[in-house]
Amino acid sequence: MADPMRIRATMAGDKVEVRVLMSHEMETGQRKDAKGNLVPAHYIQNVTATHNGKVVLTAEWGPAISKNPFLSFKFGGGKAGEKVVVTWTDNKGDKRTDEATIS
Amino acid sequence: MNNRRRKLLKGSSGAAVMALAASAGLFRPGSAWAQAWNKAAFEAKTFNDLLKSMGAGASSESKDVVINSPDIAENGAVVPFTISSRLAKTEAMALLVEKNPNVLVGSYAIPGGTEANVTMRAKMGQTSNVIALVKADGKYYHAIKEVKVTIGGCGG
Repeated sequence: MADPMRIRATMAGDKVEVRVLMSHEMETGQRKDAKGNLVPAHYIQNVTATHNGKVVLTAEWGPAISKNPFLSFKFGGGKAGEKVVVTWTDNKGDKRTDEATIS
Repeated sequence: MNNRRRKLLKGSSGAAVMALAASAGLFRPGSAWAQAWNKAAFEAKTFNDLLKSMGAGASSESKDVVINSPDIAENGAVVPFTISSRLAKTEAMALLVEKNPNVLVGSYAIPGGTEANVTMRAKMGQTSNVIALVKADGKYYHAIKEVKVTIGGCGG
C-alpha cells in the first residue's frame, strides 16, 4: 500500500480549492536500470475526487505525469467542515483513498 | 439408467467449467477496475491520432483555452501546467506534449459545478509544443504553446 496523499481543501470565495499531493513513483516504462533492463511502467491511471458522494473531478493519467503527482482544481457547492475524498488507481491495480475536511 | 446419470453428470460439470471460464474472462484484472482508461488515447503518437482515438473529428484553435506554464522549464521532469477554459459547457480537458513518446499526458472530466481549471505537473523529454485540448458543448478546441526544456525528464 502506498503512502498517504496530502490533501488540502480550502474555501476560496464561494468555491472549494482542492490541492492533492500523491506519493507515487510514476515510472514511465521507458527508463533503463543500471543493467540496461527496462524498468516496468508503474503509474497512476485514474483519479477520482468526490464531495458528498458527488464526483467533482475525474482524471485519466498517463506515465508523463511527474513523480509524486500534484493536482489542483476548484469546485462549487462545498462548505467548510464537509469532506472531500480522493481515490487513485494505478496500472498494477493498487489503490489509495484519502479524505480531507474543507476549511 | 445408470449410463444416463453418468452423461448428465458429465454434462453439468462441463457447463460449470464453462461458467467458470466465462466469469474468469469477465473479471480479468484489466477490466476489474470499473473506471475507464482510454488506452488508445494514451498510445497515440500525434495530435491527430489522439483526436481520432477520442472520437473527435477536428479541433479548432481557441483563445478561450489557456495554458499557464513557464516558457522555459529548467527541469523537464517536473513542469507545472495549469490548463483552463472560458468556453461554456466545458466537459473535458486534456494536456498533450507533442514530442513526448506518447502525446497525451492526462485528461480530465469536468462535471457541472467544477471550474474548468486544472493544475498538474508533467514530464517533458525535450523542448516541444504543448497543447491543451478542451471539449465544450460537444466540440473540440485547443491552444498551443511552446515550452523550452533545458534538461529532459525522460530517460535515466
